[in-house]
Amino acid sequence: MEFWNQLIEPFQYDFMRKAMLVGAAVGLVCAVLSCFLTLKGWALLGDALSHAIVPGVVLASIFQGSFVMGAFVAGLLSTLGIGWVKSCSRLREDAVIGIVFTAFFALGLVLRSLFPSTVDLKNIMLGNLLGISDGDAVQCLVIGAVTLGIILIKWRDLRLFCFDPKHARSMGIHTTWLYWMFLALLSLATVAALQAVGACLVVAMLITPGATAYLLTDRFDRMMVLAGIQGALTCAVGAYISWFAQASAGGIIVVLQTAIFLLAMLFAPKHGILARRRMVENSLLHHA
Amino acid sequence: MSHSIRLDVSEVTVRYRNGNLALDQASFALESGTICALVGVNGSGKSTMFKSIMGFITPNQGSVSIGGLPVAKALRQNLVAYVPQSEEVDWNFPVSVREVVMMGRYGSMNFMRIARARDKQIVEESLARVGMLEFQDRQIGELSGGQKKRAFLARALAQQGRVMLLDEPFTGVDVKTETAIITLLRELREEGHLMLVSTHNLGSVPEFCDQVVLINRSVLAAGPTDEVFTQENLMKAFGGVLREIKFDRAVREASADQSVLVVGDDERPLVMEAGRHIREHDTESSEKSS
Repeated sequence: MEFWNQLIEPFQYDFMRKAMLVGAAVGLVCAVLSCFLTLKGWALLGDALSHAIVPGVVLASIFQGSFVMGAFVAGLLSTLGIGWVKSCSRLREDAVIGIVFTAFFALGLVLRSLFPSTVDLKNIMLGNLLGISDGDAVQCLVIGAVTLGIILIKWRDLRLFCFDPKHARSMGIHTTWLYWMFLALLSLATVAALQAVGACLVVAMLITPGATAYLLTDRFDRMMVLAGIQGALTCAVGAYISWFAQASAGGIIVVLQTAIFLLAMLFAPKHGILARRRMVENSLLHHA
Repeated sequence: MSHSIRLDVSEVTVRYRNGNLALDQASFALESGTICALVGVNGSGKSTMFKSIMGFITPNQGSVSIGGLPVAKALRQNLVAYVPQSEEVDWNFPVSVREVVMMGRYGSMNFMRIARARDKQIVEESLARVGMLEFQDRQIGELSGGQKKRAFLARALAQQGRVMLLDEPFTGVDVKTETAIITLLRELREEGHLMLVSTHNLGSVPEFCDQVVLINRSVLAAGPTDEVFTQENLMKAFGGVLREIKFDRAVREASADQSVLVVGDDERPLVMEAGRHIREHDTESSEKSS
């Protein structure tokens, strides 16, 4: 009985319930997006965005505007910047992304130090899921719902865009439009995830669940479901564990996701290391 | 079948931003009910030509029209179906054969791309036509080279475009599949489709193409295969790249007239006679040809 009371203790506190709910929502949205990101090979772009939105947040706090709008605009500007530098130079995309996102991030640091504002850099970088304000929580939930809604409506087009953009274009489907929609969704999800795990770890939420699900299935729809479940559960459970462990919720969430990824890498039914080994052994037996 | 369709490429010039002139006033025209080979060396502008027809590139000069419509409009009406090269596809992508073929229907679906009964029926028919029904639930990477090709042909069929662009359809494909593809293309020709096939496979061109466009930046020759696919024109198209191999049968027949000419492009063909390979006198240029 004593033990049971201890287990449900976190649920008795408002801020813990809020943290788990917001965490699950953010984790779910990022995880679903991560499926597209891993397959498109845009993992680095997720990392870039999460850092590039920092100056937007700082500016928003200086001018007392909306953090979300600030972050969103900065995110879009950075992707525009990446596109522009790439089209005007002969550099490879990874180099361009590296240049642009660090420039944005550095600009954020400079602004923050020149104009002391209410924004806590530590919170931006490392997140503060347990201390999230009511307003931010509502914002996260709304952003999450909108993003998820758009993905659910357009996932087939986005999948085609990742799989064969040429084919999409040859059918008269507007791929430039899909590209910008995808970047906008990514910026929104990043802004939401920033609150939960911070800029440093957002990239994990935007890659690891999708990568894990990719090892587990050969069907895209199932991949989205598996990744979504993993993202939502790890974020809620991560927040829950952090109550007992007295440790960073963001850190625990990503450690959990990585642990699941490692398990999948070993034990996945078809693409896991063990399954592959078994397959090789079987084929050797057959030939013997 | 329904009314005929035309493909008009007129005076298309494409200069890339790095200054490279990829196409120079290239013109040709095709009518429906034809299989046309687009033949040229690597870098001759074959893929630029495809990109122009698919609207990925807007020519600096000249124009492409499909069924009398500008390219963008034709694409929106789903007139063009494209079969990519195998190297361009991510074979590890988590989609099944059936899903790939269904993607061919997206152009005619609503904005959520939810399949109607008719879409499902067309997908089924397309799969059956290329003999891929039994593999429809396989992940695309689990197919053999020939099956992969057939899956993407089914996608083009499902799209029901009257103009089909096939990019190197025979690379990485065994002879059996090649024959099957050629049979299918011939059927489609009877049904009034217009097919443009970019190929390296010179040997099979006379076998299934009724038209040939030879290009090297500009169109060197275009028209019926019998008239265009001549030694003289091929020499023009391939120049120094073409290998001409004259192997004499000096041992058995002294006459020089009996020598056989084997023509291929970049790759060196193997010529066998009586179960042994014949040593070739390899000339790299066209000078000695005539």
